[in-house]
Amino acid sequence: MTKNIMIVGVGGQGSLLASKLLGRLLMNQGNDVKVSEVHGMSQRGGSVVTYVRYGEKVYSPIIDKGQADFIISFEKLEAARWLTYLKKGGKIIVNTQEIDPMPVIIGAAEYPTDLVNKMKNAGADVDAIDALSLANEAGSSKAVNIVLMGRLSKYFDASEEAWMEALEACVPPKFLELNKKAFMLGRNA
Amino acid sequence: MKQLMLGNTAIARGLYEAGVGVASSYPGTPSTEVTEEIAKYDEVYSEWAPNEKVAMEVAFGASLAGKRSFCGMKHVGLNVAADPLFTISYIGVNAGMVILVADDPGMHSSQNEQDSRHYAKASKVPMLEPSDSAECLEFAKLAYDISEEFDTPVFIKTCTRIAHSQSIVETGERVERPVKPYVKDIPKNVMMPGNARKKHPIVEKRMADLEAYAEKSPINRVEMGGTKLGIITSSTSYQYVKEVYGEEASILKLGMVWPLPTKMIKDFASKVEKVIVIEELDPFIEEFCNKIGVEVSGKELLPLIDEFSQNLIAKAMGKEPAEGISIDENIPVRPPVMCAGCPHRGLFYTLSKNKCTVLGDIGCYTLGAVAPLNAMEVNACMGASISSIHGFNKALGEESEGKTVAVIGDSTFMHSGMTGLANVAYNQSNSTIVIVDNSITGMTGHQQNPLTGLNIKGDPAGHIDLEALCKAMGFNRVRVVDPYDLAETDKVLKEELAAKEPSVIISRRPCALLKYVKHNPPIKCNPDKCKSCKSCMRLGCPAISMKNNKAHIDETLCVGCNVCKQLCAFDALEGNE
Repeated sequence: MTKNIMIVGVGGQGSLLASKLLGRLLMNQGNDVKVSEVHGMSQRGGSVVTYVRYGEKVYSPIIDKGQADFIISFEKLEAARWLTYLKKGGKIIVNTQEIDPMPVIIGAAEYPTDLVNKMKNAGADVDAIDALSLANEAGSSKAVNIVLMGRLSKYFDASEEAWMEALEACVPPKFLELNKKAFMLGRNA
Repeated sequence: MKQLMLGNTAIARGLYEAGVGVASSYPGTPSTEVTEEIAKYDEVYSEWAPNEKVAMEVAFGASLAGKRSFCGMKHVGLNVAADPLFTISYIGVNAGMVILVADDPGMHSSQNEQDSRHYAKASKVPMLEPSDSAECLEFAKLAYDISEEFDTPVFIKTCTRIAHSQSIVETGERVERPVKPYVKDIPKNVMMPGNARKKHPIVEKRMADLEAYAEKSPINRVEMGGTKLGIITSSTSYQYVKEVYGEEASILKLGMVWPLPTKMIKDFASKVEKVIVIEELDPFIEEFCNKIGVEVSGKELLPLIDEFSQNLIAKAMGKEPAEGISIDENIPVRPPVMCAGCPHRGLFYTLSKNKCTVLGDIGCYTLGAVAPLNAMEVNACMGASISSIHGFNKALGEESEGKTVAVIGDSTFMHSGMTGLANVAYNQSNSTIVIVDNSITGMTGHQQNPLTGLNIKGDPAGHIDLEALCKAMGFNRVRVVDPYDLAETDKVLKEELAAKEPSVIISRRPCALLKYVKHNPPIKCNPDKCKSCKSCMRLGCPAISMKNNKAHIDETLCVGCNVCKQLCAFDALEGNE
């Protein structure tokens, strides 16, 4: 049975590294894997989504509505936007950080309030986490992506060593310690 | 070795293993990474050409000289390269020549949704269409064999979901190819009417031979799964069909989408009760089936527009896909925006303030069209800003000359802007052209171009002097401004609009995302001084928002460009004194 993980956020938040890490781990575990990414215009601060699918044999590179076993959202509003892709019984991990989209910045719209509770009330299994604070604690606000991968690892059948091996393969040596710390902060939070 | 690889990386790997010797491309999403990856192989000469026509002609020249060659482009790039394409098809190749064209159904990063398969048919060039990264690698190698066997350039066609999806591939070793000697052969290579008339029947014979090849090639294959339903499909649509049907329908999976195998399609159709063609965009395969008398369904069930997905196909086939969870909430859209510190922002703010009519072009600066700047009114294709402002001003004269501006990026200018500029200089319209020079090809992810002075590997290369070029074309008025300096930008814009002759303003400042660009510490808002006038908000900077009715600067985004400071009448924005 193919499993589906979505990584959603705002262009520039580092979702490509997160999907690279996840793809590496899943391939190392012997799965067939497909990862679908967004490059180009949408990256410029827009809403971005990455699909990661794995199992014995994966066909489609994308995930459709009602199919995601996990959604990892790097930003709160994006969690609400992509929630409809979550399978009934799936889990959504939400970084509680708020990044105002342009319609909110220019006053044409308001950033919705109380989104985490609204998602919970709709029946979603929500794991909310302040990944930005943990990333800063690890040494860089840019490590939000790896903090959230650490969080995902709690729910995943893979050893800490397997994750570290994948991390070493994906992160340049000079940022490895910082990212390992960020990963563990997310995992243990 | 097994690796998880992007479709584009896998194509590059396949080209490399097949012994490609020369690669020339112009960047364009979703094709760009193929050539970026080739550039990592030292055995291959690679380059960014100024545009796709040049790239294709470079690849043609290398093929003639006897080395396997490659050029890559996005779908709209093939429009630019269409001129050489149709005649190279007649001439054929010496060593193999492969052309990548990457379509963008859904227009993730494009200005139209054209279906490039029509080019294969129109130019009489075979087209392979891989459906995952493993096929990207395999087809890239096969394309060279076909090219040399049938004396033709060969297309590989992808789409965003193939180009930008990773899947598992098995890599092999590179096979070096000896240079095939170039032989002077005027009847083959000089396409003047007398020779071309003799070549056309040869091209038609080639297409017939290629169709015979398509009938037996293993890249077109039948996967039988019962006799009730037969589906003809290719590319990413094949993957969606497998996702929905698994083994429960029979599939004719086409790896070669031009020419199409008539006999194979007829045989397949005869084995099943009904046939549906599932293809994104135009009914290309469907119309072929109609032509050869095979009854199929297609576009009456499936859309002509946008990309497909497994749920879309399931619904069209009368199945009910799973429902997701949703909340009843109005979620604001999050469109792409100019980055914090983007040098284009200061320019577009100035154009907006001066109520200019702005004819735009293709690049990051196309985002000048979105709120709150709303400072670009027209955008069509590469280079159109300069050519069309000339027409606009010739049509309206003084009525438009003093307030109309063309805006074009540095890379786009080198791609297709120079000929338009020559027309302004030659036919003398009083036009004001702004070249936004951020010293990189930005939107496609930072590629070098002839104005950056560096080559595809980042090494020193020839450097074209933009000011000298404009002056050599006959422009007396060539001004350079720093768009971070709003007062200076405003002054120069007003002067050039008022001038009674054509002028070029070069708005120069490197892209804020370039690694060598040093950033200042973030600006801070002093809430005691902020009068909530929202002047700074008119910039549409993603780092500025209103919190508790005071301007707030997001210090994780702000790069200290100081543009907002210049708009604050109360000195509330502090830092970088």
